[in-house]
Amino acid sequence: MTESILEVRDLVKYYPVTRGIVFKKTIGHVQAVDGVSFDLHKGETLGVVGESGCGKSTLAKVLMHLEKPTSGGVTFNGQDIYKLGAGGLRRLRRNIQLVMQDPYTSLNPRMTVGDLIGEPFEIHPEVAPKASRRQKVQELLEVVGLNPEHINRYPHQFSGGQRQRIGIARALALRPEIIVCDEPVSALDVSIQAQVMNLLEKLQDEFGLSYIFIAHDLSVVRHLADRVAVMYLGKIVELGSEEQIYERPTHPYTQALLSAVPVPDPNSRHNKAIIRLTGDVPSPTNPPSGCRFRTRCWKAEEVCAREVPLLELRSGSDHPSACHFAEKREIVVSHEAGELTELPTRTL
Amino acid sequence: MSNVYVADKPSAAREGRPSGRLLEVEDLRVEFRTRDGVAKVINGVTYHVDAGETLAVLGESGSGKSVTAQTIMGILDTPPGFVTGGEIRFHGKDMLTMSAEERRRIRGEGIAMVFQDALSALNPVFTVGFQIAEQFRVRRGMSRRDAKKRAAEMLDQVKIPNAKQRVNEYPHQFSGGMRQRVMIAMSLALDPEVLIADEPTTALDVTVQAQIMDLLGELQRERQMGLILITHDLGVVADVADRIAVMYAGRIVEEAGVYELYAKPAHPYTIGLLESIPRIDEKGQQLRTIRGLPPSLLRIPTGCPFHPRCPMAQPVCAEKVPPLLQLGSTRASACHFAEELVKRD
Ligand SMILES: Nc1ncnc2c1ncn2[C@@H]1O[C@H](COP(=O)(O)OP(=O)(O)OP(=O)(O)O)[C@@H](O)[C@H]1O
Ligand SMILES: Nc1ncnc2c1ncn2[C@@H]1O[C@H](COP(=O)(O)OP(=O)(O)O)[C@@H](O)[C@H]1O
Ligand code: SF4
Ligand code: SF4
Ligand SMILES: [Mg+2]
Ligand SMILES: [Mg+2]
Repeated sequence: MTESILEVRDLVKYYPVTRGIVFKKTIGHVQAVDGVSFDLHKGETLGVVGESGCGKSTLAKVLMHLEKPTSGGVTFNGQDIYKLGAGGLRRLRRNIQLVMQDPYTSLNPRMTVGDLIGEPFEIHPEVAPKASRRQKVQELLEVVGLNPEHINRYPHQFSGGQRQRIGIARALALRPEIIVCDEPVSALDVSIQAQVMNLLEKLQDEFGLSYIFIAHDLSVVRHLADRVAVMYLGKIVELGSEEQIYERPTHPYTQALLSAVPVPDPNSRHNKAIIRLTGDVPSPTNPPSGCRFRTRCWKAEEVCAREVPLLELRSGSDHPSACHFAEKREIVVSHEAGELTELPTRTL
Repeated sequence: MSNVYVADKPSAAREGRPSGRLLEVEDLRVEFRTRDGVAKVINGVTYHVDAGETLAVLGESGSGKSVTAQTIMGILDTPPGFVTGGEIRFHGKDMLTMSAEERRRIRGEGIAMVFQDALSALNPVFTVGFQIAEQFRVRRGMSRRDAKKRAAEMLDQVKIPNAKQRVNEYPHQFSGGMRQRVMIAMSLALDPEVLIADEPTTALDVTVQAQIMDLLGELQRERQMGLILITHDLGVVADVADRIAVMYAGRIVEEAGVYELYAKPAHPYTIGLLESIPRIDEKGQQLRTIRGLPPSLLRIPTGCPFHPRCPMAQPVCAEKVPPLLQLGSTRASACHFAEELVKRD
């Protein structure tokens, strides 16, 4: 379980912000991912949660080698993926697959389901001889719970959940070792979501897959993940086992996130302990000095503006947290009524 | 231009608005005539939303939530889609039988919709600000400058940081969640009377979702806007809905007030839905699921359309279609055994 399959070190991805059309001038950088490090262990699921725009999809794109990082490195099975030759890159593409956030745009509308799922075999013909492909595609449809009869249909004839299954079947075609799932169930209804989650768990057991599971739904992540990384404005702010993050969160941002999860019980409407974050998410082009969360943090002190809190083990806690004042806090995430807490936001 | 449809609203339209039912759908039937056959997608949908009220429409993907919404908006893909029965009344008048002009005028009183696949709907070659401002210029005759200022305000209302600056940026410069907020801003720009929001916060994280739902709630109270919220998030529904309509295979199978539905669902499908949610307060084992797949709408099962998946099914279920029957004054269920389900402890 502790064997690492993917090692991510100080990964940075900046996008230039330009002005002018003929003479493009770079006037700044979007710091989409800024110094992210973690290991992915064989057969585990690492959940990645965080606010919209915090860099989750950028992280996925860089890990998939769809984009080059600004700096930092990723080692897959001991090899630096950004230094691979053409052959190595082909093998990498087989071994790391992506299931995308948006089942509505990620499938070519002019291709039949059979063509879509069979396409990876065109690119990697060594995986399945031509004669067996149609049958392979039908097997894949069955594995992901779709009707093999529908092989000649087009994506628009399927609903969202069905399209996401098509995406998963396509990702599975080449028998990868790692699947990066970018919001794979967020567009789905609950019973379909439950089926897809169980499907992902089943496939993991069956094929020994490792997942990086990106999602904004903290309940879904808790259900699937062995470990969880919480991201804020391009950085991991807290990293721990599922239990450490959900039962003993120490970073104020994690605590706020957990408390905002809507609870499926209307009786909790008026007595939920929500930490309402005030203020906006700052622009990643010009993030706050020191701790990036300080403009929305109710615990911020003067030191928070001066010193970047490193993601490290801190006293009184058993997992790394990037907060100068990391400490446990009782978060009411249960379905029972809690007390209303309003927390003031301190400004510096 | 975009996938947000915002209707014109003559300023006089709000005056002397009759009280009562704002939007009613009754026994709506829609089918798609495709190469593979006729898909009966909507098979008698009945629901309504009143001013200032939130109706949540819940159901599995493919159950017809979006097609119902598209039919209300008058943007059903025809062909292959055809309305084969029912009524859609706005302020009491059936929109399906009136002239196109009349219909445009009624839509003009403000039904807007945020589409489920909004993320792909923004035009990549125009700035976000331009796309929002266009509505103010075309529909409200504003000057370029005023329209842009209003566009920035709208972005700010949906909590996009640095709205004044980001109004000049292109869609690809926004993350998925922020693009969805842009789409919500576009749909709310002209103050609709009814907003149909198809999975509006699905792509958003919880702190922003809470803000957006607060925002929608505020607008709704201020303007007495009716909100039809299509979502699969039973948490959000529990937080904001007044009533819930649960859809399956193009039918409403249960309708109830939010409190009674969560306390005691009266349809096996609803029970299944509530049991298949992962919970934030515990690391569960395998999730309970509803077995099987939603039916092919080309071959809807006989009798109760849910019977092949229903753990409670009896022989009668394969033979007789259970009608949506009133259970007391506030709720209804389309199950042969609904009475027993409500009586259970
Ligand atoms: N090609 C690009 N050029 C400039 N900025 C970009 C580009 N792609 C992403 N960004 C910016 O980088 C930041 C991170 O974006 P990213 O798409 O990774 O967010 P995310 O965490 O996946 O968000 P969401 O939950 O909404 O999907 C955002 O501020 C976004 O606007
Ligand atoms: N343009 C179309 N042509 C054929 N079938 C369609 C079309 N649009 C939707 N459908 C079918 O109609 C049914 C209901 O779809 P929809 O209303 O989008 O479901 P949902 O409840 O997920 O919103 C689905 O089976 C879908 O495949
Ligand atoms: S370092 Fe300071 S600002 Fe950052 S989370 Fe901790 S207390 Fe808040
Ligand atoms: S009518 Fe029968 S099959 Fe349908 S929901 Fe009720 S018990 Fe199940
Ligand atoms: Mg993303
Ligand atoms: Mg839909």
